Amino acid sequence: MKSPLGRGLPHESALRHVSGEARYVDDLPHPPGLLVGRVLGSSEPRGRITRRDRHRALAVPGVHAVFFAEDLPGSNNVGPVFHDEPLLAADQVFCVGMPIAFVVAESYPAARKAVEAIEVDITAAPAIPDIEAGIAAESFIGEPHVIERGNVGEALASAAHRLSGTLDSGGQDHFYLETHAALAIPGEDRSITVYSSTQHPSEVQTLVAEVLGWGRSRVTVECPRMGGGFGGKETQAAQWACLAAVAAVRTGRPVKVWLDRDSDMSFTGRRHPFHSTWEVAFDAEGRIQALSADLYSDAGWAADLSLAILDRGLFHMDNGYWLPNVRLRGNAVRTNRISNTAFRGFGGPQGMVVIERIVESIAEHLGLDPLEVRRRNFYADGNDRTPYGQQVRDFRLHRIVDELAERADLAERKARVAAFNAANEWRKRGIALTPVKFGISFTTSFLNQAGAYVLLYGDGTVQLNHGGTEMGQGLYTKMLQVCSHALGAPLQDIVHAHTSTAKVPNTSATAASSGSDLNGQAVASACRQLVERLKPVAAELLGCAVDALELAPENDGEIPEKGGRPAWAWSGGASVTLAEVASAAYLRQIQLAAAGYYRTPDIAYDRKAGKGKPFHYFAYGAAVSEVEVDGLTGEWRLHRVDIVHDVGESLSEDIDKGQVEGAFVQGLGWLTWEELVFDDRGWLVTHSPSTYKIPAIGDIPSEFHVHLLERAAQDDVIYGSKAVGEPPFMLAISAHTAIGRAVSAFAEGGRHVAVSIPATNEAILTAVEQARKR
Amino acid sequence: MSLRYAANPELEPDPVDTLHFWLNDRVIELAYPSGGGGSDVNGTTTLLRFLRDELAETGTKEGCAEGDCGACTVVLLEERPGEKPTFRAVNSCLLFLPMLQGKRVYTVEGLRDRSRSPDDPEAYHPAQLAMVETRGSQCGYCTPGIVMSLFEATYRDDVKADWQIDDQLCGNLCRCTGYRPIRDAGRKVAGLRPDDRFRATMEQYRARDAALDITAPDGLDGPQRYLQPTTFEAFFEARAAHPNAVLVAGGTDLGLKVTKFHEHFPVVIGLEGLDALREIERTPLGWFIGAGVNLTRVMELVGEEIPALHKMLRWFGSRQVRSRATLGGNLVNASPIGDTPPVLAALGAEIAIRGSAGERHVHIDDFFTGYRKTCLEGDELVVGVDLPRTPPTAFCTAYKVSKRRELDISAVAAGMYVDLDGDVVKEIRLAYGGMAATAASRARRTEAALTGQRWTRAAVEAAMPLIDADFLPIADHRGSARYRSSVARNLLLGFWLESQRADREAFDPHPVGTVLSGGAP
Repeated sequence: MKSPLGRGLPHESALRHVSGEARYVDDLPHPPGLLVGRVLGSSEPRGRITRRDRHRALAVPGVHAVFFAEDLPGSNNVGPVFHDEPLLAADQVFCVGMPIAFVVAESYPAARKAVEAIEVDITAAPAIPDIEAGIAAESFIGEPHVIERGNVGEALASAAHRLSGTLDSGGQDHFYLETHAALAIPGEDRSITVYSSTQHPSEVQTLVAEVLGWGRSRVTVECPRMGGGFGGKETQAAQWACLAAVAAVRTGRPVKVWLDRDSDMSFTGRRHPFHSTWEVAFDAEGRIQALSADLYSDAGWAADLSLAILDRGLFHMDNGYWLPNVRLRGNAVRTNRISNTAFRGFGGPQGMVVIERIVESIAEHLGLDPLEVRRRNFYADGNDRTPYGQQVRDFRLHRIVDELAERADLAERKARVAAFNAANEWRKRGIALTPVKFGISFTTSFLNQAGAYVLLYGDGTVQLNHGGTEMGQGLYTKMLQVCSHALGAPLQDIVHAHTSTAKVPNTSATAASSGSDLNGQAVASACRQLVERLKPVAAELLGCAVDALELAPENDGEIPEKGGRPAWAWSGGASVTLAEVASAAYLRQIQLAAAGYYRTPDIAYDRKAGKGKPFHYFAYGAAVSEVEVDGLTGEWRLHRVDIVHDVGESLSEDIDKGQVEGAFVQGLGWLTWEELVFDDRGWLVTHSPSTYKIPAIGDIPSEFHVHLLERAAQDDVIYGSKAVGEPPFMLAISAHTAIGRAVSAFAEGGRHVAVSIPATNEAILTAVEQARKR
Repeated sequence: MSLRYAANPELEPDPVDTLHFWLNDRVIELAYPSGGGGSDVNGTTTLLRFLRDELAETGTKEGCAEGDCGACTVVLLEERPGEKPTFRAVNSCLLFLPMLQGKRVYTVEGLRDRSRSPDDPEAYHPAQLAMVETRGSQCGYCTPGIVMSLFEATYRDDVKADWQIDDQLCGNLCRCTGYRPIRDAGRKVAGLRPDDRFRATMEQYRARDAALDITAPDGLDGPQRYLQPTTFEAFFEARAAHPNAVLVAGGTDLGLKVTKFHEHFPVVIGLEGLDALREIERTPLGWFIGAGVNLTRVMELVGEEIPALHKMLRWFGSRQVRSRATLGGNLVNASPIGDTPPVLAALGAEIAIRGSAGERHVHIDDFFTGYRKTCLEGDELVVGVDLPRTPPTAFCTAYKVSKRRELDISAVAAGMYVDLDGDVVKEIRLAYGGMAATAASRARRTEAALTGQRWTRAAVEAAMPLIDADFLPIADHRGSARYRSSVARNLLLGFWLESQRADREAFDPHPVGTVLSGGAP
């Protein structure tokens, strides 16, 4: 028997997933008296509410209550960072769909009819529909974030080569398969339990308490699991939980809010669209000498996490490249749209596509091999400080790119692509390698903390708790492996409890790829405390000194067995199991529960100065994508993808590989098929999968090779592992870059033609027509 | 709700006032006695909502309620006249309960052997184990639906090529995995056909009578009657009695009016029981396909014998949608963005129509009369479609351009046919979808310009601008007017390019684009 750490295990819930027995919030058994809720949203993008009347709604059979802003017992505010988001609009509305009233009824049809029967008059005011209008109106949230180094003006003026451009990237709906859901069950003595599909139970707890006007200790929030999150349930689960909680307390009955797909897509925030302008100076070898760039994000009507997302956009404008003179400016634009929110990558992809486009333009301009230009600009000894001043240690892209080019047979395939293009009139291929360097940590430094609570029972079985939530990323699986390794308990004896604020308080969101880094350390810390308490007991049982014990905890070797069970400690020929030690410890009045805690050391960032060390470390990877584009229709296919990605020493190999593949395909969706279309007032037209097209099975390449970088242990991270949730999302930039090259192959002399993001078939055909024209 | 789990596993004689079907290993009965006091679940309740809301069987998930994500996939055990019983993965979100009358349905809860420990791998179905072994589940929410699609694949005997795995699964969206492990799971189980209790049940299965006439009591919207006749006589009788009744065949389109637009239909006549609509046979001229034959069945039987139809059906909806959608439904719907009308127009199909007054045949050119309008009159019903064989001098194919290749609605679709006399165009039919308000609109000016001309690239290029005279398409979220026009023109060029190829009739399982325009290396 060996420690399960690092092994490629199935997801801990896999058998329950495949049998339909895994329960999500909407699957929980209905408590007696359950009411269901539905929201009435504003019909105007901006305006003043002049009248609200609920009499007709209350007359609908089965309707129990209709809530307006003034019915909220506590604070009417659910803004996660800045308190700028009323739960229900009282006098002003700032986007279509902004909640004005909340109905609870005995059935969804009754709630729907009641919503239709509420009368609201709004005097419309001029609205800001998009970034361009917002820039013109100087409608910004907070101060611009500026990161600057060297003398950009001088370097731009004196450089041998200069290019400038703009780039827009589109939004993206999370399209987690499980839509938002919350179930609130009122308790006695002003208490409430809320089951919420949330990445951030502590924040839901905080906001529910504030909206109710109670202390947080009266509110328990539990997340059983999520059917996908991707950032969409980091802040935006709270409003539904708060509405359910208020209605539950007011009616004294359990209340559920579950959004159908169309409501979920229409009423909740998405990835921020970005607009950028840039100017770059470089030498004849393609080395960047100066970069000046402005990023503008479409924040929507409220701040939500927009400033942190903008920050991460700026932090990834370097990707893996040394920028000696640099000036980056970011502005979050307030528009009259649904407030945009976190989405895997959190602004990083929106920044990284800009620098990748710039590097591509430099190579095209100079007629150089784009990979060679990338290599020349990579961080290196001496040139190892990011624009915000953090030293890039252990830069792995040289190694990764070399290994990938070999694995992908890049040189040979480039030649084949060129031959294909020469032989074909209406089909062109493109192949591209792009790298990723992604900073790991919440850039709001204090969030980098986590707690765990490990309960050992007298029979040697264990209940594992920590503050992280499970959304499919495999965090629970990894934490079980960490717990098993650190405590020396067999996996089958550990039960992972659902995440609850009653077990571990004051937690951070499971976000920023940090789930296993932070919670893993906290779990290991709790386990080590238990091990220290148990060691003397084991020594006593074995009749030896503590120093003479050999232990299962953190043991990478073979664990001996005792009576068919793995031993926990052994010495000489004798051994004891965890059950024996736990039972003996209980009889000796030793505490068998331990709380673990972790905070990331050494990180701090000064946003005003634009300097600091926001990241504990960087994660790396690179991808080669080969595509073929049809010049008649703009259709295309991804033929092959090769990836080398750095996850450190993997905690769980199959989980990590799954994250890399899944993130790549999700990134591919953002860059190509997924197009959000709005009407004039800002209503989303593409609010269901019939019109919003995330990747389907036939879209993925028949050759899809993912290799995890070997010999890659990361210092000072749990068991040498690295974060994996977000970084591989940006590997998909390789596919978009390859599309750009295929399109350019339609032009005489392969002149570079830009393709929009998303590169829909229409966008590609438009670019092909442009390429063929001149 | 008055729901009975029948004590006797053998269905009793089939009373028309009782909804009854097998759900996994038990019989569900919902009685609607004429005196009242019966079930209050109405006939347009979907199986998905019934499972979740009435039975608290929550393994089957709602991801979209429009047949576009597959999270609600269940498997129907069906027996059609003259056919072996088969499993069919279908979307339970679009399945009205009466469509199950006398049938058997499996849900994800029915797969695990509950007499064994949940820790025992033997307790699970191969489709379930394959998903565990390949690490095919991450968040797990799409997983039950994928397992049910794989369940169907396990018992199929016609999976011979790898593209059929994608085709089986293209109706199941997953946002977590990137599909690679799910595709691998499909490869593991497709065509396994284990000797197990499911296969035994399937092979012995005999469908029961689907006749039904139930009235659900007053809900918020008033009472609802649902009739399911099994003979033409009964059908015309029901139509005479309820001239305003809505008709439903597979329900893949009408279902949306219930799940998305929350419409209430006071009287519904279901065509599920009309076996006479399910005839499909080779004829001296080609094929006759009954209006009620589902499109999966059409693919199985006609296959690549009619390459244009086969190609279009591969990109039509999803396996789940095709296993419910009917050729008749797609025609009568008369949607300008329906996928089969342009192909049928290119093939020169004849539509067989039956009313209480008798039968008639209409050429497809005369079938569509306007936006969602057909030439059907009075109580007429489409009973089938005659598809003539394409002569050896002719080339006929289909094109579909959409935002996403699989499970999407076309921005532009086309069926094209050219018959040559030497190298001179004898007849050309260019029927488009997505370009005009009427389904299968012909590019008449372009056709006229090409007829009698030599079939050359120059002639085609000269005719391409006429497409703009033929059509002024609309702009919407599927594409701008400019894009639609460009594509419509280019498809004509693509048609010519393809017509010059030796492999022009070959099915491309992994196409780059809808036109076979690529060459060697």
